[in-house]
Amino acid sequence: MKAAVLVFPGSNCDSDCFYVLNEVMGIPTQYIWHKDKNFPRVDLIILPGGFSYGDYIRAGVIAKALAPTMEALNRHIKEGRLVIGICNGFQILLEAGFLPGAMLRNRSLSFICKHIFLRTETTNSPFTRDCADQQILNLPIAHGEGNYFCDTDTLKLLQDGDRIAFRYSSEEGKLGDEFNPNGSVNHIAGILNEKRNVLGMMPHPERSSEAILSSEDGRKIWESLLG
Amino acid sequence: MYKVIVNVTLKDSILDPQGTTGLHALNALGFQDVKGMRVGKYFILMVNSANETYAKERAEEMCQKLLANPIIEKYSVDKVNFVGIGTNNLGGTP
Repeated sequence: MKAAVLVFPGSNCDSDCFYVLNEVMGIPTQYIWHKDKNFPRVDLIILPGGFSYGDYIRAGVIAKALAPTMEALNRHIKEGRLVIGICNGFQILLEAGFLPGAMLRNRSLSFICKHIFLRTETTNSPFTRDCADQQILNLPIAHGEGNYFCDTDTLKLLQDGDRIAFRYSSEEGKLGDEFNPNGSVNHIAGILNEKRNVLGMMPHPERSSEAILSSEDGRKIWESLLG
Repeated sequence: MYKVIVNVTLKDSILDPQGTTGLHALNALGFQDVKGMRVGKYFILMVNSANETYAKERAEEMCQKLLANPIIEKYSVDKVNFVGIGTNNLGGTP
């Protein structure tokens, strides 16, 4: 497997993703600068977290105006290769229309930076196939606009299609408003596209892939990819 | 050149905690007469167009493609004023 991290002006988790894939997981990884004309042919593209274009107008929306990059990303996805959008990367995937729904400001209006628990909602994806059924993962979140919203028809599509990858939960896997940090519809923390080769998630697996960072649960996602 | 004003707010069906918090603050400051508040974004666009209708059409397209997200927001193109030929002085440094 080969991977690339797509870097925008204002991305700030790009080095973390690069380091974890390359050094911790041993996946040969390269950077793609958002203006690079030659998009490399890789198996996995990561859209990292951060504040691309300063979150101007709406988080993630400016990136969609980069026509050549978005077309290359579209080709990559259409060919069935993999994409993970983490945090701001998830916001970009939503704004660019690769995943359904939109992000609202957190219910509390505060930027939230803390460890939370996620319940794995499907193991039927290249990103979660190594997880146990309903496995609980301890991952950090760090966002101001992670309050996932979609209309009821879209939610039904996601539910019926088994496309909700992760929900916020208690450590025991219980769902409830008290375990939902940002107000997301249906406690959604991560979703898949219809072909199941694109994952968007707000929590940061790249910040929890080594014991020294207090949780290694993020490795489950990388290990799933490695099969 | 037309100066076009665009307002973007969250749809009525979407909770606006910023509006609610602001409303409570206004009430606490003695503005008991304020009963509702929504917070949005205000855009000033200088659109090079031969006529008002086209300037408005272009602004609507801009809303659909970038300025508003139809899943959560609504927009209105509120004012279109002719401001002379070739002027785009909006202040600030380009």
